[in-house]
Amino acid sequence: MNTTFPHLEVKDLLVKRAGVTVLDIPSLSIEHGDVLGLLGPNGAGKSSLLLALARLLKVERGAILCNGRNTVAGDGAFDYRRSIAMVFQEPLLFDTTVFHNVAAGLKIRHWKGKDIQESVTRALHRFGIARLTGRDARKLSGGEAQRTSLARAFATEPGIILLDEPFSSLDPMTRESLMDDLQSVLRDTKTTAIMATHDRMEALRLSKRLAVMKDGSIVQIGSVDEVMNHPVDEFVASFVGMESILHGVVNKNQEGMMSVSIGDREINTIGYARAGDRVLCCIRPEHVTLSTVHDGEQSSARNTFAARIVKITPMGPFHRIELDCGFYLAAYITGPSLDILALKEGGEIYVSFKATAVHVIPR
Amino acid sequence: MDLILDGIRKAFELIITFDPEVLGITMLSLKVSGIATLISLVIGIFIGTAVALNRFPGRGFIISLINTGMGLPPVVVGLFVTIFLWRSGPFGYLEILYTPTAIVIAQTIIATPIVMGITLAAVQQLPPNLRLQILALGATRLQLLWILAKEARLPLLSAIMAGFGGVISEVGASMMVGGNIKGYSRVLTTATVMETGRGNFDMAIALSIILLLLAFTINAVLTRIQQKRRPR
Repeated sequence: MNTTFPHLEVKDLLVKRAGVTVLDIPSLSIEHGDVLGLLGPNGAGKSSLLLALARLLKVERGAILCNGRNTVAGDGAFDYRRSIAMVFQEPLLFDTTVFHNVAAGLKIRHWKGKDIQESVTRALHRFGIARLTGRDARKLSGGEAQRTSLARAFATEPGIILLDEPFSSLDPMTRESLMDDLQSVLRDTKTTAIMATHDRMEALRLSKRLAVMKDGSIVQIGSVDEVMNHPVDEFVASFVGMESILHGVVNKNQEGMMSVSIGDREINTIGYARAGDRVLCCIRPEHVTLSTVHDGEQSSARNTFAARIVKITPMGPFHRIELDCGFYLAAYITGPSLDILALKEGGEIYVSFKATAVHVIPR
Repeated sequence: MDLILDGIRKAFELIITFDPEVLGITMLSLKVSGIATLISLVIGIFIGTAVALNRFPGRGFIISLINTGMGLPPVVVGLFVTIFLWRSGPFGYLEILYTPTAIVIAQTIIATPIVMGITLAAVQQLPPNLRLQILALGATRLQLLWILAKEARLPLLSAIMAGFGGVISEVGASMMVGGNIKGYSRVLTTATVMETGRGNFDMAIALSIILLLLAFTINAVLTRIQQKRRPR
């Protein structure tokens, strides 16, 4: 393993389809062992980026380097492709047994009997499908089929794995257990991975870094904490779950302690914008606390407001509360807390959040 | 009625006693149509897969041509092959008109669009991302074609059946380009036409029964392979 160069590097990449630009990425660098989650809505270019990285898409301009060496396009790319693997949203299994499916990449590489047997067996065990080895691939459940597809990809012991929404067609339980397995395989094999998803929980669970994509470009890339808690713009903020995005103007800033006007209300936060600057204040619903009494001086939260409950939406294990406190605010609350506080739509409540819970983006 | 029964009885005699003439005609038919089918498989699967996988200007027109070609009238093929191979024609210098080679050429032209059309449809009905998945596994172009052909093997068996069935039973082209020369370019269909014309119904029925048996046996074998397709 060459650690002097990034494992995968993209320089000045431009991809067009039918004359329309689908990817425009000036630079992207992925280190050995990195797990990069590509987040973005449908049509953001996540799948196109993965296909381009696998050299399965015609590139208009730019270079894709693997360990510092330029990868070639077209028919010669099979040599490079043998150092990577790709898993698609659909399992795309061949009309044969699970064993022969998992062995497919090895046969393509002209591996021989005993080596194939060993590698396939290891991959089948890794994904908990050893018992399915002789089963007809067309008769597998969705979860079993995707496990087979992942085992096929890992059987070749790739340096890089590209995952294109591999869990999106699975039910929640199957998805959970498969994510667990994939997580441990990635940890054990130290494979560099790039995973496209539109589900931020999936991305959070598996990724070491996140890249948010929009209209074929990477809007923000960084550590999970950086992207989730310090989005660079309104699009990223809404995509990473900052449900309350408030437009405001900085009133004053005293050594980083700011007060921002949101309509006729004022929010305390920290940041380095100057008085008069227009900003966006982003607040995660999980950072908002609800109370039937005004905590006031008893709380460390710098922001407390009286609010009216506009809407309560059940979201499985918790409820989403939409509030009007002179500005829009969303909060999450568990079922038991909802009962204890006896919350009802139209009811009154106090909301509070810390100054540090507000992420400020200059406009 | 006696005519038919007598004909069938004599036909079985000719078959059971391995009548040299009937045997010769049968073997030539098998050889000529077998070779034509094989050549059409190579060309048809290759071009059919290529057209199915690639997008290029005029693709729709090419597909229309292939589909039209699936119903090529054998006599039209016979006519043009004859003109091309005629002594004063472009390939007259080859001097292969009225030979089994000429029949192979005509039958290949008849079978190729059939194989091509069925291959095209077979490959097109595979999942669109399957090609990308195979390439992502590190396959070369040749490995890609091989794996896709394996995935589409059931409809491809139909292509073999349709191709072979189409050429072993055609008469117009074989008659025109082969000349129905005894012991040389006489095949089952041309011989049946000739014997019927002569009123030799026993011979004609014998040849027809063999033709039916051949078509049935080959299709039965391929159908069996088709139904037994998956390894357990």
